[in-house]
Amino acid sequence: MYIVVVGGGKVGYFLAKELLEAGHELVILEKNAGRARQIADELGSIVLNRDGCEGKHLAEAGANRAAIVAAVTGDDEDNLVVCQMAKHHFDVPRTIARVNNPKNESLFRHLGVDEIISPTRMALASIEQDIPVHELLHLADLKGGELQLLEAQIADDSPAVGRRATDIPLPDGCSLFVLLRGSSVQPIRAETVFEVGDKVLAISRAECEVQLRRELIGDSDSARSIAAAR
Amino acid sequence: MRVVIVGCGRVGAGVAERLARAGNEVTVVDVNSDAFGKLEPDFPGQAVRADGTEEDVLRRLGTEDADMFFALTEGDNRNVLAAQLASETFGVKQVVAKINDPVRAEAYTMLGIATICRTRLLIDALAQYSGLEADPGASGVRPATRHHDHSEANESEPQPVER
Repeated sequence: MYIVVVGGGKVGYFLAKELLEAGHELVILEKNAGRARQIADELGSIVLNRDGCEGKHLAEAGANRAAIVAAVTGDDEDNLVVCQMAKHHFDVPRTIARVNNPKNESLFRHLGVDEIISPTRMALASIEQDIPVHELLHLADLKGGELQLLEAQIADDSPAVGRRATDIPLPDGCSLFVLLRGSSVQPIRAETVFEVGDKVLAISRAECEVQLRRELIGDSDSARSIAAAR
Repeated sequence: MRVVIVGCGRVGAGVAERLARAGNEVTVVDVNSDAFGKLEPDFPGQAVRADGTEEDVLRRLGTEDADMFFALTEGDNRNVLAAQLASETFGVKQVVAKINDPVRAEAYTMLGIATICRTRLLIDALAQYSGLEADPGASGVRPATRHHDHSEANESEPQPVER
């Protein structure tokens, strides 16, 4: 499938990378020369150093034979114009716009943009992918960092699986208090038995974190630096 | 008549000034409050520092009750966005966008927005001055040639731009 991507920022770059890996043919239009060179260095000669908002540059990029035009610059107005030009001038069957201001979503749909990407959602999704699910997540620092709010995901290799909360040896400096299981949220009681897939919210003193990790995540990860989870 | 003007550059300030002095209720909006220095100190309209491409801002300015809306910022695409918000979201009947790229201006008149293209205006003025014939499509505001019809996604004749 031939795809034209307008905008070579983070979204454009990662989108292009994934599409290339999936075997698609594509070109990126990036108006900043330095950025265009940078992407070309990493992904090869698939970059045109042009402003994709201009009709003639879209033509040059072969928009008239594109199956998809994806406008993913940081400016909503540019993304809208690219999609409208693609749709109405080049008859592109499918247009995708990144929308930075969520208020523009419905306007863009109304004006004929086929698909909306919200960068916030996308960023969150890619962050989640970057963090292994069996990590201990730092959600917040409390009392100036003395205490930490942590989330542990119980994986199948966790020593906590099948054990009751009261049987897990934890130091005084930490406490498990809420269990997220599927869509339910419940307090952790002494008789609560942990299952694979549970998420456990804990409050811990900094010095107790290693032990908490050992009991909920397992030994295999304890060598990994605590700072890496931050 | 109620008029909302987005962009207080030379053109925006000038037209705001004239319309307000002719007795119209004028609101001019710009992201940069320095831009309002182009207005006379006794400008009889309203000047608001805000982003006129944002729906919330336009709502606050009472765009839905406007009779006329001019998008006159420096950015063609910002004008396109503001103009489409005015006509589609707020139902303003008379909307004009300044689009200096002639190709984009042409495309948007066909998408239902009246446009004014400084590039074509100037070229035509100079061509006429040097004795050539006037370009009939260049002068004044170009009215929209067709109204938005979003149920029908495709143009009848897609014309790739080749220049």
